[in-house]
Amino acid sequence: MPFGKMGASTPITTDAIWNLLKQIPDPEVPAINIVELGVVRDVIFSEDASGVEVVMTPTYSGCPAMKVMEDDVKEKLSSEGLDVKIRIVYKPAWTTDWMSEETKAKLKAYGISPPPKLTFEHLHPLSSVKNAEVMCPFCDSKNTTLTSQFGSTACKALHFCDNCHQPFELFKCH
Amino acid sequence: METNIALHKYCVRIADTSLILAQRMCEWCGHGPVLEEDIAMSNMGLDLIGQSRGFYSYAAKLEGKGRTEDDIAYFRNEREFLNRCIVEQPNTDFAYTMMRSFLHGCLSYLQFRTLVNSKDDTIAGLSEKALKEMTYHVRHASEWIIRLGDGTDVSHDKVKDALENLWQFTDELFEMDDVDQSLIKSGIACDLSLLRAEWDQMINEVFAKAKLERPVGGYQSKGGFNGTHTEHLGHLLSEMQYLPRAYPDAIW
Repeated sequence: MPFGKMGASTPITTDAIWNLLKQIPDPEVPAINIVELGVVRDVIFSEDASGVEVVMTPTYSGCPAMKVMEDDVKEKLSSEGLDVKIRIVYKPAWTTDWMSEETKAKLKAYGISPPPKLTFEHLHPLSSVKNAEVMCPFCDSKNTTLTSQFGSTACKALHFCDNCHQPFELFKCH
Repeated sequence: METNIALHKYCVRIADTSLILAQRMCEWCGHGPVLEEDIAMSNMGLDLIGQSRGFYSYAAKLEGKGRTEDDIAYFRNEREFLNRCIVEQPNTDFAYTMMRSFLHGCLSYLQFRTLVNSKDDTIAGLSEKALKEMTYHVRHASEWIIRLGDGTDVSHDKVKDALENLWQFTDELFEMDDVDQSLIKSGIACDLSLLRAEWDQMINEVFAKAKLERPVGGYQSKGGFNGTHTEHLGHLLSEMQYLPRAYPDAIW
Protein backbone atom coordinates (compact mmCIF):
# COMPACT_ATOMS: atom_id res chain seq x y z
CA MET A 1 0.00 0.00 0.00
CA PRO A 2 1.33 3.45 -0.85
CA PHE A 3 2.23 5.99 1.77
CA GLY A 4 0.74 9.41 1.37
CA LYS A 5 2.10 12.67 2.71
CA MET A 6 -0.38 12.61 5.58
CA GLY A 7 1.88 10.41 7.64
CA ALA A 8 4.57 8.05 6.50
CA SER A 9 3.62 5.55 9.16
CA THR A 10 0.01 5.09 8.04
CA PRO A 11 -0.54 3.62 4.61
CA ILE A 12 -3.36 5.13 2.59
CA THR A 13 -6.28 2.79 2.27
CA THR A 14 -8.56 2.30 -0.72
CA ASP A 15 -11.37 3.78 1.35
CA ALA A 16 -9.32 6.91 1.96
CA ILE A 17 -8.77 7.31 -1.79
CA TRP A 18 -12.48 6.92 -2.47
CA ASN A 19 -13.13 9.59 0.18
CA LEU A 20 -10.69 11.94 -1.53
CA LEU A 21 -12.39 11.33 -4.86
CA LYS A 22 -15.75 12.11 -3.27
CA GLN A 23 -14.43 15.61 -2.58
CA ILE A 24 -14.21 16.30 -6.34
CA PRO A 25 -17.38 17.93 -7.68
CA ASP A 26 -18.80 17.22 -11.12
CA PRO A 27 -17.57 20.30 -13.05
CA GLU A 28 -20.92 20.77 -14.77
CA VAL A 29 -23.25 19.78 -11.92
CA PRO A 30 -21.27 20.70 -8.79
CA ALA A 31 -24.11 19.58 -6.51
CA ILE A 32 -22.88 16.02 -6.85
CA ASN A 33 -19.37 14.57 -6.83
CA ILE A 34 -17.71 12.43 -9.49
CA VAL A 35 -18.16 9.23 -7.48
CA GLU A 36 -21.89 9.87 -7.14
CA LEU A 37 -22.02 10.63 -10.88
CA GLY A 38 -20.69 7.12 -11.45
CA VAL A 39 -17.68 7.92 -13.59
CA VAL A 40 -15.13 6.48 -11.14
CA ARG A 41 -15.28 2.72 -11.62
CA ASP A 42 -12.36 1.41 -9.61
CA VAL A 43 -9.31 2.30 -7.57
CA ILE A 44 -6.36 -0.09 -7.89
CA PHE A 45 -3.01 0.08 -6.15
CA SER A 46 -0.03 -0.79 -8.31
CA GLU A 47 1.74 -4.06 -7.49
CA ASP A 48 4.81 -2.40 -6.06
CA ALA A 49 2.51 -0.09 -4.10
CA SER A 50 4.16 3.00 -5.55
CA GLY A 51 1.05 4.42 -7.09
CA VAL A 52 -2.62 4.18 -7.68
CA GLU A 53 -4.66 3.65 -10.83
CA VAL A 54 -8.07 5.25 -11.06
CA VAL A 55 -10.39 3.61 -13.56
CA MET A 56 -12.90 6.03 -15.08
CA THR A 57 -15.63 5.87 -17.72
CA PRO A 58 -17.08 8.82 -19.64
CA THR A 59 -20.75 9.77 -19.34
CA TYR A 60 -21.05 10.63 -23.04
CA SER A 61 -18.40 9.85 -25.69
CA GLY A 62 -17.75 13.52 -26.33
CA CYS A 63 -18.32 14.92 -22.85
CA PRO A 64 -16.00 17.94 -22.59
CA ALA A 65 -16.02 17.68 -18.80
CA MET A 66 -14.19 14.34 -18.92
CA LYS A 67 -10.77 15.94 -19.33
CA VAL A 68 -11.51 18.33 -16.46
CA MET A 69 -12.51 15.41 -14.24
CA GLU A 70 -9.35 13.48 -15.13
CA ASP A 71 -7.21 16.53 -14.34
CA ASP A 72 -9.07 17.07 -11.06
CA VAL A 73 -8.44 13.46 -10.01
CA LYS A 74 -4.74 13.73 -10.85
CA GLU A 75 -4.42 17.00 -8.98
CA LYS A 76 -6.31 15.79 -5.92
CA LEU A 77 -4.41 12.53 -5.49
CA SER A 78 -1.02 13.98 -6.46
CA SER A 79 -1.43 16.60 -3.76
CA GLU A 80 -1.64 13.69 -1.32
CA GLY A 81 1.72 12.50 -2.56
CA LEU A 82 0.36 9.70 -4.70
CA ASP A 83 1.56 8.70 -8.13
CA VAL A 84 -1.68 8.66 -10.14
CA LYS A 85 -2.55 6.95 -13.37
CA ILE A 86 -5.92 7.18 -15.06
CA ARG A 87 -7.33 4.42 -17.19
CA ILE A 88 -10.44 5.01 -19.29
CA VAL A 89 -12.83 2.13 -19.85
CA TYR A 90 -15.96 2.07 -22.02
CA LYS A 91 -17.52 -1.14 -20.81
CA PRO A 92 -19.84 -1.40 -19.00
CA ALA A 93 -21.18 1.84 -20.48
CA TRP A 94 -22.09 4.52 -17.97
CA THR A 95 -25.75 4.59 -17.06
CA THR A 96 -27.84 6.93 -14.93
CA ASP A 97 -29.23 3.80 -13.26
CA TRP A 98 -25.99 3.73 -11.22
CA MET A 99 -27.06 6.89 -9.37
CA SER A 100 -28.28 6.30 -5.85
CA GLU A 101 -31.53 7.74 -4.51
CA GLU A 102 -29.45 10.03 -2.32
CA THR A 103 -27.64 11.40 -5.39
CA LYS A 104 -30.92 11.91 -7.21
CA ALA A 105 -32.24 13.85 -4.20
CA LYS A 106 -29.19 16.13 -4.40
CA LEU A 107 -29.86 16.81 -8.08
CA LYS A 108 -33.47 17.67 -7.32
CA ALA A 109 -32.46 20.02 -4.51
CA TYR A 110 -30.10 21.70 -6.97
CA GLY A 111 -33.00 22.29 -9.39
CA ILE A 112 -32.35 19.48 -11.86
CA SER A 113 -34.99 16.79 -12.30
CA PRO A 114 -33.21 13.47 -11.59
CA PRO A 115 -33.08 10.76 -14.26
CA PRO A 116 -35.96 8.27 -14.27
CA LYS A 117 -35.24 4.54 -14.47
CA LEU A 118 -34.34 3.32 -17.95
CA THR A 119 -37.36 1.89 -19.72
CA PHE A 120 -38.04 0.05 -22.95
CA GLU A 121 -38.92 3.36 -24.63
CA HIS A 122 -35.55 4.89 -23.82
CA LEU A 123 -33.73 2.04 -25.54
CA HIS A 124 -35.73 2.11 -28.77
CA PRO A 125 -35.09 4.98 -31.14
CA LEU A 126 -38.52 4.98 -32.75
CA SER A 127 -40.54 4.96 -29.56
CA SER A 128 -41.48 8.32 -28.15
CA VAL A 129 -40.35 9.42 -24.71
CA LYS A 130 -42.53 12.51 -24.84
CA ASN A 131 -45.14 10.97 -22.58
CA ALA A 132 -42.68 9.67 -20.00
CA GLU A 133 -43.48 11.09 -16.59
CA VAL A 134 -41.01 13.81 -15.66
CA MET A 135 -41.36 15.57 -12.34
CA CYS A 136 -40.75 19.30 -11.95
CA PRO A 137 -37.93 19.71 -9.40
CA PHE A 138 -39.54 22.90 -8.07
CA CYS A 139 -43.20 22.02 -7.46
CA ASP A 140 -43.17 18.19 -7.88
CA SER A 141 -45.89 18.36 -10.53
CA LYS A 142 -45.84 15.76 -13.28
CA ASN A 143 -47.74 18.10 -15.57
CA THR A 144 -44.63 18.88 -17.61
CA THR A 145 -43.71 19.11 -21.30
CA LEU A 146 -40.53 18.18 -23.14
CA THR A 147 -39.06 21.24 -24.87
CA SER A 148 -35.95 19.60 -26.31
CA GLN A 149 -34.12 16.33 -25.84
CA PHE A 150 -30.86 18.26 -25.83
CA GLY A 151 -29.93 20.87 -23.25
CA SER A 152 -27.05 22.95 -21.94
CA THR A 153 -24.85 19.87 -21.50
CA ALA A 154 -24.85 16.47 -23.21
CA CYS A 155 -26.46 14.85 -20.17
CA LYS A 156 -29.49 17.11 -19.84
CA ALA A 157 -32.80 17.71 -21.64
CA LEU A 158 -35.02 20.80 -21.49
CA HIS A 159 -38.51 20.64 -20.00
CA PHE A 160 -41.23 23.08 -19.00
CA CYS A 161 -43.53 22.78 -16.01
CA ASP A 162 -47.12 23.49 -16.97
CA ASN A 163 -48.06 23.79 -13.32
CA CYS A 164 -45.60 26.34 -11.92
CA HIS A 165 -44.59 27.65 -15.37
CA GLN A 166 -40.88 27.20 -14.80
CA PRO A 167 -38.50 25.87 -17.41
CA PHE A 168 -36.23 23.21 -15.93
CA GLU A 169 -33.59 20.67 -16.89
CA LEU A 170 -33.89 16.91 -16.70
CA PHE A 171 -30.80 14.76 -16.17
CA LYS A 172 -31.38 12.44 -19.13
CA CYS A 173 -31.98 8.78 -18.70
CA HIS A 174 -28.98 7.11 -20.25
CA MET B 1 -6.07 -9.99 -44.84
CA GLU B 2 -4.05 -9.54 -41.69
CA THR B 3 -6.39 -8.85 -38.79
CA ASN B 4 -4.67 -5.73 -37.47
CA ILE B 5 -4.59 -4.06 -40.87
CA ALA B 6 -8.24 -4.88 -41.47
CA LEU B 7 -9.21 -3.78 -37.99
CA HIS B 8 -7.35 -0.51 -38.41
CA LYS B 9 -9.21 0.26 -41.63
CA TYR B 10 -12.51 -0.81 -40.11
CA CYS B 11 -12.07 1.60 -37.19
CA VAL B 12 -10.99 4.48 -39.45
CA ARG B 13 -14.11 4.01 -41.58
CA ILE B 14 -16.36 4.24 -38.54
CA ALA B 15 -14.41 7.16 -37.08
CA ASP B 16 -14.32 9.12 -40.36
CA THR B 17 -18.06 8.72 -40.84
CA SER B 18 -18.71 10.02 -37.31
CA LEU B 19 -16.22 12.87 -37.60
CA ILE B 20 -17.43 14.19 -40.96
CA LEU B 21 -21.05 14.12 -39.80
CA ALA B 22 -19.97 15.86 -36.58
CA GLN B 23 -18.34 18.63 -38.61
CA ARG B 24 -21.55 19.08 -40.62
CA MET B 25 -23.73 19.15 -37.48
CA CYS B 26 -21.46 21.72 -35.85
CA GLU B 27 -21.72 23.96 -38.93
CA TRP B 28 -25.22 24.68 -37.63
CA CYS B 29 -23.82 26.23 -34.46
CA GLY B 30 -25.22 29.76 -34.33
CA HIS B 31 -27.45 29.13 -37.37
CA GLY B 32 -30.13 26.78 -36.01
CA PRO B 33 -33.77 27.55 -36.80
CA VAL B 34 -34.50 27.90 -33.07
CA LEU B 35 -32.16 27.96 -30.08
CA GLU B 36 -33.13 24.47 -28.87
CA GLU B 37 -32.35 22.91 -32.24
CA ASP B 38 -29.11 24.84 -32.53
CA ILE B 39 -28.07 23.35 -29.18
CA ALA B 40 -29.35 19.92 -30.16
CA MET B 41 -27.26 19.80 -33.32
CA SER B 42 -24.08 20.86 -31.56
CA ASN B 43 -24.82 18.30 -28.84
CA MET B 44 -25.12 15.56 -31.42
CA GLY B 45 -21.99 16.81 -33.14
CA LEU B 46 -20.18 16.49 -29.84
CA ASP B 47 -21.38 12.91 -29.34
CA LEU B 48 -20.15 12.07 -32.84
CA ILE B 49 -16.75 13.67 -32.25
CA GLY B 50 -16.50 11.63 -29.07
CA GLN B 51 -17.29 8.45 -30.97
CA SER B 52 -14.72 9.22 -33.63
CA ARG B 53 -12.05 9.97 -31.02
CA GLY B 54 -12.52 6.54 -29.49
CA PHE B 55 -12.20 4.74 -32.82
CA TYR B 56 -9.29 6.92 -34.02
CA SER B 57 -7.36 6.31 -30.81
CA TYR B 58 -7.84 2.59 -31.20
CA ALA B 59 -6.83 2.77 -34.88
CA ALA B 60 -3.71 4.74 -33.94
CA LYS B 61 -2.81 2.11 -31.36
CA LEU B 62 -3.28 -0.76 -33.82
CA GLU B 63 -1.19 1.04 -36.39
CA GLY B 64 1.67 1.46 -33.90
CA LYS B 65 3.33 4.37 -35.69
CA GLY B 66 3.01 6.74 -32.78
CA ARG B 67 0.33 8.82 -34.46
CA THR B 68 -2.43 10.34 -32.36
CA GLU B 69 -6.16 10.64 -33.02
CA ASP B 70 -5.53 14.25 -34.13
CA ASP B 71 -2.85 13.23 -36.63
CA ILE B 72 -5.29 10.86 -38.28
CA ALA B 73 -8.14 13.36 -38.30
CA TYR B 74 -6.25 16.44 -39.45
CA PHE B 75 -3.37 15.28 -41.60
CA ARG B 76 -4.97 13.15 -44.27
CA ASN B 77 -6.34 14.24 -47.64
CA GLU B 78 -9.78 13.53 -49.05
CA ARG B 79 -8.84 10.33 -50.90
CA GLU B 80 -7.59 8.96 -47.59
CA PHE B 81 -10.91 9.59 -45.83
CA LEU B 82 -13.06 6.47 -45.65
CA ASN B 83 -16.41 7.87 -44.57
CA ARG B 84 -19.72 7.02 -46.18
CA CYS B 85 -20.56 9.77 -48.70
CA ILE B 86 -23.96 10.58 -47.21
CA VAL B 87 -22.41 12.31 -44.20
CA GLU B 88 -20.32 14.73 -46.28
CA GLN B 89 -23.37 16.08 -48.13
CA PRO B 90 -23.96 19.76 -47.31
CA ASN B 91 -26.50 20.80 -44.67
CA THR B 92 -28.58 22.58 -47.35
CA ASP B 93 -31.54 23.20 -45.03
CA PHE B 94 -32.91 21.80 -41.79
CA ALA B 95 -35.05 19.15 -43.53
CA TYR B 96 -32.02 17.97 -45.48
CA THR B 97 -29.90 17.80 -42.33
CA MET B 98 -32.53 15.78 -40.49
CA MET B 99 -33.01 13.38 -43.40
CA ARG B 100 -29.26 12.81 -43.65
CA SER B 101 -29.06 12.13 -39.90
CA PHE B 102 -32.05 9.83 -40.08
CA LEU B 103 -30.95 7.66 -43.03
CA HIS B 104 -27.42 7.32 -41.70
CA GLY B 105 -28.46 7.21 -38.03
CA CYS B 106 -30.74 4.19 -38.42
CA LEU B 107 -27.90 2.18 -39.92
CA SER B 108 -25.40 3.48 -37.38
CA TYR B 109 -27.76 2.53 -34.55
CA LEU B 110 -28.18 -1.00 -35.92
CA GLN B 111 -24.46 -1.36 -36.54
CA PHE B 112 -23.46 -0.35 -33.01
CA ARG B 113 -26.20 -2.53 -31.57
CA THR B 114 -24.57 -5.49 -33.31
CA LEU B 115 -21.01 -4.44 -32.48
CA VAL B 116 -21.82 -4.40 -28.77
CA ASN B 117 -21.29 -8.18 -29.08
CA SER B 118 -18.05 -7.88 -31.06
CA LYS B 119 -15.30 -10.27 -30.02
CA ASP B 120 -12.98 -7.28 -29.94
CA ASP B 121 -13.43 -5.78 -26.45
CA THR B 122 -12.48 -2.23 -27.43
CA ILE B 123 -14.95 -2.16 -30.31
CA ALA B 124 -17.63 -3.67 -28.10
CA GLY B 125 -17.05 -1.05 -25.40
CA LEU B 126 -16.97 1.93 -27.76
CA SER B 127 -20.10 0.62 -29.45
CA GLU B 128 -22.01 0.23 -26.21
CA LYS B 129 -21.42 3.90 -25.53
CA ALA B 130 -22.19 5.03 -29.08
CA LEU B 131 -25.37 2.95 -29.21
CA LYS B 132 -27.00 4.95 -26.43
CA GLU B 133 -26.15 8.18 -28.19
CA MET B 134 -27.37 7.05 -31.60
CA THR B 135 -30.67 6.03 -30.02
CA TYR B 136 -31.21 9.67 -29.05
CA HIS B 137 -30.05 10.96 -32.44
CA VAL B 138 -32.38 8.69 -34.40
CA ARG B 139 -35.31 9.54 -32.15
CA HIS B 140 -34.64 13.24 -32.63
CA ALA B 141 -34.30 12.99 -36.42
CA SER B 142 -37.29 10.66 -36.86
CA GLU B 143 -39.58 12.99 -34.92
CA TRP B 144 -38.55 15.85 -37.18
CA ILE B 145 -39.04 13.78 -40.35
CA ILE B 146 -42.60 13.05 -39.22
CA ARG B 147 -43.28 16.65 -38.20
CA LEU B 148 -41.92 18.07 -41.44
CA GLY B 149 -43.39 15.40 -43.71
CA ASP B 150 -46.83 15.61 -42.13
CA GLY B 151 -46.60 19.38 -41.69
CA THR B 152 -47.27 22.15 -44.19
CA ASP B 153 -46.94 21.91 -47.96
CA VAL B 154 -43.64 23.75 -47.76
CA SER B 155 -42.14 21.52 -45.05
CA HIS B 156 -43.39 18.41 -46.83
CA ASP B 157 -41.82 19.47 -50.12
CA LYS B 158 -38.50 20.25 -48.44
CA VAL B 159 -38.21 16.93 -46.64
CA LYS B 160 -39.37 15.08 -49.78
CA ASP B 161 -36.74 16.87 -51.80
CA ALA B 162 -34.11 15.93 -49.20
CA LEU B 163 -35.14 12.28 -49.34
CA GLU B 164 -35.04 12.15 -53.13
CA ASN B 165 -31.60 13.75 -53.23
CA LEU B 166 -30.05 11.71 -50.44
CA TRP B 167 -31.51 8.39 -51.51
CA GLN B 168 -28.63 7.84 -53.94
CA PHE B 169 -26.29 7.43 -50.95
CA THR B 170 -28.28 4.76 -49.15
CA ASP B 171 -26.99 1.59 -50.84
CA GLU B 172 -23.51 2.73 -49.93
CA LEU B 173 -24.39 2.52 -46.25
CA PHE B 174 -24.39 -1.25 -46.66
CA GLU B 175 -21.30 -1.56 -48.84
CA MET B 176 -18.71 -4.05 -47.61
CA ASP B 177 -15.43 -5.50 -48.87
CA ASP B 178 -12.71 -7.93 -47.79
CA VAL B 179 -11.97 -5.79 -44.73
CA ASP B 180 -15.46 -6.50 -43.43
CA GLN B 181 -15.52 -10.10 -44.62
CA SER B 182 -12.30 -11.06 -42.86
CA LEU B 183 -13.43 -9.44 -39.61
CA ILE B 184 -16.93 -10.91 -39.82
CA LYS B 185 -15.32 -14.36 -39.95
CA SER B 186 -13.50 -13.68 -36.69
CA GLY B 187 -16.62 -12.31 -35.00
CA ILE B 188 -15.27 -8.76 -34.77
CA ALA B 189 -17.18 -6.87 -37.45
CA CYS B 190 -20.84 -6.68 -38.25
CA ASP B 191 -22.41 -8.09 -41.42
CA LEU B 192 -24.24 -5.03 -42.77
CA SER B 193 -26.30 -7.09 -45.21
CA LEU B 194 -28.07 -8.66 -42.25
CA LEU B 195 -29.19 -5.22 -41.09
CA ARG B 196 -30.88 -4.17 -44.30
CA ALA B 197 -34.30 -5.65 -43.50
CA GLU B 198 -34.52 -3.93 -40.15
CA TRP B 199 -33.24 -0.66 -41.58
CA ASP B 200 -35.96 -0.87 -44.25
CA GLN B 201 -38.53 -1.50 -41.56
CA MET B 202 -37.37 1.48 -39.50
CA ILE B 203 -37.44 3.96 -42.35
CA ASN B 204 -40.72 2.59 -43.75
CA GLU B 205 -42.36 3.04 -40.36
CA VAL B 206 -41.28 6.66 -40.13
CA PHE B 207 -42.00 7.49 -43.78
CA ALA B 208 -45.55 6.11 -43.41
CA LYS B 209 -46.15 8.47 -40.47
CA ALA B 210 -44.47 11.31 -42.37
CA LYS B 211 -46.58 10.69 -45.51
CA LEU B 212 -43.43 10.30 -47.54
CA GLU B 213 -42.98 7.87 -50.37
CA ARG B 214 -39.85 5.85 -50.43
CA PRO B 215 -37.95 6.39 -53.70
CA VAL B 216 -37.58 3.38 -55.98
CA GLY B 217 -34.56 2.61 -58.10
CA GLY B 218 -32.40 5.39 -59.51
CA TYR B 219 -28.66 5.96 -59.51
CA GLN B 220 -26.68 4.85 -56.47
CA SER B 221 -23.36 6.50 -55.63
CA LYS B 222 -20.74 4.24 -54.05
CA GLY B 223 -17.15 4.05 -52.93
CA GLY B 224 -16.78 6.51 -50.03
CA PHE B 225 -15.45 3.81 -47.73
CA ASN B 226 -12.52 3.33 -50.09
CA GLY B 227 -11.83 7.03 -50.59
CA THR B 228 -13.95 7.92 -53.61
CA HIS B 229 -15.95 10.96 -52.55
CA THR B 230 -18.32 13.60 -53.81
CA GLU B 231 -17.00 17.10 -54.46
CA HIS B 232 -18.18 18.30 -51.03
CA LEU B 233 -15.64 16.48 -48.87
CA GLY B 234 -12.63 18.51 -50.02
CA HIS B 235 -14.31 21.79 -49.13
CA LEU B 236 -15.31 20.43 -45.73
CA LEU B 237 -11.77 19.26 -45.00
CA SER B 238 -10.22 22.55 -46.07
CA GLU B 239 -12.18 24.26 -43.33
CA MET B 240 -11.92 21.50 -40.72
CA GLN B 241 -8.19 20.98 -41.14
CA TYR B 242 -7.15 24.60 -41.66
CA LEU B 243 -5.93 25.38 -38.18
CA PRO B 244 -3.81 22.30 -37.46
CA ARG B 245 -2.29 22.49 -40.96
CA ALA B 246 -1.51 26.21 -40.72
CA TYR B 247 -0.25 25.91 -37.14
CA PRO B 248 0.85 22.28 -36.71
CA ASP B 249 2.20 22.87 -33.22
CA ALA B 250 -0.92 24.54 -31.88
CA ILE B 251 -2.16 23.04 -28.64
CA TRP B 252 -4.89 24.01 -26.20
